[in-house]
Amino acid sequence: MSMNTQGRPTSAGDTSVSYTPKTFTGNRALDMEEPLIFEFGHFDTTGVDFDMPDAFEMELGGHERKAALELPGLAEPEAMRHYVRLSRNNYAIDAGLYPLGSCTMKHNPRLNEKMARLPGFGDIHPLQPLSTVKGAVELIDTLAHWLMTMTGTTAVAMSPKAGAHGEQCGMMAIKAAHKAAGRDPKIVLVPESAHGTNPATAALLGYKVVSIDAKDEDGTVDLEALKRKIAEHEGDIAAIMLTNPNTCGLFEREIIEIADAIHKANAYFYCDGANYNAIVGKARPGDLGVDAMHINLHKTFSTPHGGGGPGSGPVVLSERLAPFAPLPFIRKGEDGPVLVETPEALEAGEQPFGRMTAFHGQMGMYVRALSYMLSHGSDGLRQASEDAVLNANYVRVGLQDLMSLPFGERPCMHEVLFDDTFLKDTGVTTLDFAKAMIDEGYHPMTMYFPLVVHGAMLIEPTESESRASLDLFVATLRDLVMSARNGETDRFSGAPYFSPRRRLDETSAARKPVLKWEAPAPAEAAE
Amino acid sequence: MRYLPLSNQDRADMLARIGVDSIDDLFADIPQKARLNDLMDLPRRASELQVERQLSALAAKNVPASSVPFFVGAGAYKHHVPATVDHLIQRSEFLTSYTPYQPEVTQGTLQYLFEFQTQVARLTAMDVANASMYDGSTGTAEAVLMAHRVTKRKKAVLSGGLHPQYRAVVEGLADLADDDVVSLPADPAGTEDILAQIDKETSCVVVQSPNFYGQIVDLKPIAAKAHECGALLIAVFTEVVSLGLIEPPGAQGADIVVGEGQSIGNGLNFGGPYVGLFATRSKYIRQMPGRLCGETTDADGKRGFVLTLSTREQHIRRDKATSNICTNSGLCALAFTIHLSLLGSKGLRQMATICHANAVKLKTALASVAGVEVLTGAYFNEFTVKLPKAADAVVEALAAKGILAGVPVSRLVPGKAELANLLVIANTEVNTDDDRDALVAALKEVLA
Repeated sequence: MSMNTQGRPTSAGDTSVSYTPKTFTGNRALDMEEPLIFEFGHFDTTGVDFDMPDAFEMELGGHERKAALELPGLAEPEAMRHYVRLSRNNYAIDAGLYPLGSCTMKHNPRLNEKMARLPGFGDIHPLQPLSTVKGAVELIDTLAHWLMTMTGTTAVAMSPKAGAHGEQCGMMAIKAAHKAAGRDPKIVLVPESAHGTNPATAALLGYKVVSIDAKDEDGTVDLEALKRKIAEHEGDIAAIMLTNPNTCGLFEREIIEIADAIHKANAYFYCDGANYNAIVGKARPGDLGVDAMHINLHKTFSTPHGGGGPGSGPVVLSERLAPFAPLPFIRKGEDGPVLVETPEALEAGEQPFGRMTAFHGQMGMYVRALSYMLSHGSDGLRQASEDAVLNANYVRVGLQDLMSLPFGERPCMHEVLFDDTFLKDTGVTTLDFAKAMIDEGYHPMTMYFPLVVHGAMLIEPTESESRASLDLFVATLRDLVMSARNGETDRFSGAPYFSPRRRLDETSAARKPVLKWEAPAPAEAAE
Repeated sequence: MRYLPLSNQDRADMLARIGVDSIDDLFADIPQKARLNDLMDLPRRASELQVERQLSALAAKNVPASSVPFFVGAGAYKHHVPATVDHLIQRSEFLTSYTPYQPEVTQGTLQYLFEFQTQVARLTAMDVANASMYDGSTGTAEAVLMAHRVTKRKKAVLSGGLHPQYRAVVEGLADLADDDVVSLPADPAGTEDILAQIDKETSCVVVQSPNFYGQIVDLKPIAAKAHECGALLIAVFTEVVSLGLIEPPGAQGADIVVGEGQSIGNGLNFGGPYVGLFATRSKYIRQMPGRLCGETTDADGKRGFVLTLSTREQHIRRDKATSNICTNSGLCALAFTIHLSLLGSKGLRQMATICHANAVKLKTALASVAGVEVLTGAYFNEFTVKLPKAADAVVEALAAKGILAGVPVSRLVPGKAELANLLVIANTEVNTDDDRDALVAALKEVLA
């Protein structure tokens, strides 16, 4: 038999043909369509092998499940392929710049993941004897020490599970403190630029939210207007909830005066710590007069966002609020830190307002955050904040001649806010502009927030970006702006063109909500 | 520093480009007297190796569940999670993505949330489920607030079988929000008369099944009485695997079902992060807390998914929102949905059967220990025993022998003589005959 000696062609051939094939599968090479598990899985199989016990007499007291339970059980390769394919439809920090303002999408070190998975942290039960989890309590105590030292505060409530939960914790401590002093003020002051969680949290605790005006020239709190509000509602103000640096990316210059005015009114200063990444190692919230501030470990301290959680939102507390920190908390004991879990274990002066959650909070996040802090150290943490601010300002100067800064060419903190003035008369909206960024391989910035400027675009590059990365980002945005100005509206109005899905119809999704998969009706299935 | 890409030359060049002399010029808005000029009083940077050594030393002071015979439950359970789950949730595209605000580039997250919602609705036999809460306890508090919105009443009735820390979360919030809570006393024997507490003022009645003590509760009469009074039944569970074997709350008239999903896909993690499951009837969708993922189509007519009904939420409604929740428990929900998609109904039922079988075996074996009385009648994987001695001391003595035997009720509800000797013991598929033999033998020694 003679061998074929032809060999495989090594030249690309004539590829000058311009043709977009319509594929049979709907896939486009690596870009693959993936059905729901309910559409391809078997409902009578399982992908987990068990050693079943011998027959035995059940003791369920007649409560055996009679209701149908139809869930597909995928074989391991099916599951692996399904989720790997799904994952490829996601944007991620590991894949590109993720400039979501006020979200601090920084690098998530894998050392943190490795540490959180040590059996001594990941495989311990919250209610096993305390004598068997001394290292865990010590870790929480160590993290608490770092948080208090960084912020210049004397106590920290560790257990809140995310930022909004931390806000709730801080505001509950404030309410408890008023109650203990025999006061019952009804009002919480919230600036217009605040995150939506602030007024939602205040309302949850029965407070009336009174908005305070921002100064036109820079969006920061108008101290005189604030003083007038305080006078107007004298004796009835429980707290102010303020984000600093604020959501316009600016530091409140009169922060100390604001704190003084609030304290004089017998009220407390709650600081939303979402933007703490700008000032770690540069200023301590405790020195600014803050009484309570949550710290998003999933923003400032690099624990992963995970597609929407889990987060962790410890709340540092001033001396005045410290006694009201919720259970559980750690007390310094002679033989090391002691975990206080129940009201019965309290000592004089400890007046916790209750409990935020079962167990002890987000241990998995504590390990990751401490791993990050130890890695950076005091010098690295300060450098990280400086780089975050440097990067944001570098983006600002790279774009300020083409895009519009609502408050003039002043330095920003770790995020830079643009409004949509530069898009005036181009027919391109903030939304269009953001969606066109997707085609360029970028996740859009935060859009239409804060509410104090028109068509807001809030860019937070974080310290994780290299100069080369920022240069390309700036150049891309400049190109988009020029394109908008030149009337190339198609690039925007239909964008994104290249993402796994194009613009989705959110209106119809809300009008007739389909929130779960339903088996097709038999007649339909037979067609 | 290994996490920072800028070189010193970059920094200098960038400052020049910005037009300032030093980095501190960018921090000029911070009041002078509040600026930190020195480094914080904390250790300096550390190499990966150093950090690993330091944290490993702390981890080594703890006793992992997998290293000993382990029967600790009471709201968190040691199950075996397939290796596939942890591999997949660490994929960059899942791990390092944000809440899916830009659906065009987050269909991966949105599709698994849609699948997750479908799985949870089917498990609980309810119409709709949300995209997760922080955990079971905070979900329970949110369920109570939701019931207040639906009924426009303010009084919640809590069963004595509700996990004591869940109860504390609900009570703490109610206390500061000026709502009423009627909490029934601890009920290890399952004899409380909760029906008598439900009246025309009641917004909701909160009942856990299997309850904190392991008892399976018949929810049907409670649902009937609640509905007769215009109140909602909130059914709570802490062991979601039970739904593979016992009648789900949705089939018993529950209006809101809320519980802890940690058992499927998620490790113990000393109490968190976990994943709260939350389901309700269609008619209450718009009063639901939390994120919801819904189906829609894109500009090309292709099916896709988006976050929907966000007019309930804080970023739109601010102080009129149904909840302040923002970040929830996305990655834990992913772990849950992957594990459950491997199990399917068949695997879940098998897993649940093994848990129950192991509980039956242990209960039978404990009957041979003098002085030990089992209090729980109908149970799934967990039951309560009364010991002839204080349970906390017995647990410590057993821990010294390398056995983690369960949760003394007094750990959570101290200072009550009638509860001091009670021990809640959990069983899962990880427990072996050897584990049970070791526990029974050691318990005999400790009680002797």
